[in-house]
Amino acid sequence: MNLIEIKGVTHAYKTKAGPFPVLKNLNISIPEGSFCAVVGPSGCGKSTLTRLIAGLMFPDQGEVWLHGERVTSARKTVGMAFQNPVLLEWRTILQNVMLPLEIVAPMMPRRQKEERARELLAMVGLEGFEGQRPSQLSGGMRQRASLCRALVHKPDVIILDEPFGALDAFTREDLWQTMHEMRAKEPFTALLITHDLRESVYLGDQVVVLSGRPATTQYVMEIPGGGPRPLEILYEPESVERLAILRHQIQIAQGREAA
Amino acid sequence: MNWQKIVVPIAAVVVLMLAWEWLVWFNDWPNYKMASPSDLWPAFVRFQDLFWLYGWQTLWRTVAGLAVAVVFGTFLGMVMGLSKVMNEALYPLLVGFNAIPKATVVPVVALMFVGQHDFNTILIAFLISFFPIAVSVSIGLSTLEPEYRDILRSLGASRFTVFWKIALPKTLPEFFGALKVAVTLAFIGTNLVEIITPHGRGLGHLFQSAQTNSDFPLMFAVLIALAALGIFLYYIVVALEKIFAGWAERPAH
Repeated sequence: MNLIEIKGVTHAYKTKAGPFPVLKNLNISIPEGSFCAVVGPSGCGKSTLTRLIAGLMFPDQGEVWLHGERVTSARKTVGMAFQNPVLLEWRTILQNVMLPLEIVAPMMPRRQKEERARELLAMVGLEGFEGQRPSQLSGGMRQRASLCRALVHKPDVIILDEPFGALDAFTREDLWQTMHEMRAKEPFTALLITHDLRESVYLGDQVVVLSGRPATTQYVMEIPGGGPRPLEILYEPESVERLAILRHQIQIAQGREAA
Repeated sequence: MNWQKIVVPIAAVVVLMLAWEWLVWFNDWPNYKMASPSDLWPAFVRFQDLFWLYGWQTLWRTVAGLAVAVVFGTFLGMVMGLSKVMNEALYPLLVGFNAIPKATVVPVVALMFVGQHDFNTILIAFLISFFPIAVSVSIGLSTLEPEYRDILRSLGASRFTVFWKIALPKTLPEFFGALKVAVTLAFIGTNLVEIITPHGRGLGHLFQSAQTNSDFPLMFAVLIALAALGIFLYYIVVALEKIFAGWAERPAH
């Protein structure tokens, strides 16, 4: 069964100059436990897509289904992480990670919340930093904490809107591996918005290329052999070939090359 | 607490007093032109009962006015920060009101509430000091990055929860910044009323009667007492800021 089902979604923003279409007949299916990477030209409506799945917005036409239910409101079963880690400065790292539990499970005893947060922080290598403030951590560590916060309430699906976009190349590769390790220990379904083709191929079980605005599903690539993998895989012929195909698709999406 | 934090400011005050004393002595200024620090102490001692009494009156009315300004300013800032329409409607009014010199409002208020001295003083202290609080709270709330909201909204949190857990604490540093400005403004408001309307209360009144009697050292002594009160209140705000918004202070690198 597909955990996320986006069927024929069309959406336009209302502006003074008339409707501004961003999505047009978009279709994406993500099976349970699978990792879907979405790539596309800048400003093609990728962030709109994340807000539709999170139930923060509703499409003009088409349907978004999550776990066999149509999304008609925000739900507690979603976790989000953005390019900006948006940690709360007045809370410690541990308290930041516990935040979703305070909303989703207000009755859960504090000790249990703490245990759960500590477990995740240990998983991403932030053991010993629980009591620190976000400003005391590096950009990569903040983003790790942000991922923990997205996962702490065991959501069905986590939505990642370019979470590694602002990190330096080495930190980014570290976090890719962390991502795989986390999935191995605690499976989740994920939708990742990214501009990095290598990232999409390394992390995704499925890569969806969106066309330029208004975005529609232009190309879908399946990537077999899930689970943790070494970074070197990116330099093997198969991966290089995939990257070339995706690169070509992006150029078509940008309108620089004929289909 | 670092000894430097105490000794250095005290040394600065002593240096300033010595320079002041020297300036008056060097120019051979008479008392009615400029009193010197050595003239102030006798004035303090002679009128010490009045200084305590009037100082207390000035202080409590300033704090009361400030308290009203905090409640009203925060509320107004919330309304303006959370609603675009209200922001557009209220901003010009607020700026216009703030542009009116409060010295001109004092007689109006005195006529409206004849004899209500405490009330009038608190009212002016409040009117003069709520503006920066309202503006900073509204800016703090309206500049909240949408991702902060989305993190909680996607979990089905209510608007109130988002406000309580994120928007409000995030605005605290701006709020305390404004409160520091408001403290000194509130003092100006209190003294304005005490000096302009003759109701015989507060340090402003003591200043006024010193002027009537051409007691120049006393006038200067009142100014110093006002400065001391201002510093006292200001550092109370700084202490509160440390407790409630200490997280905003970045560690030194």
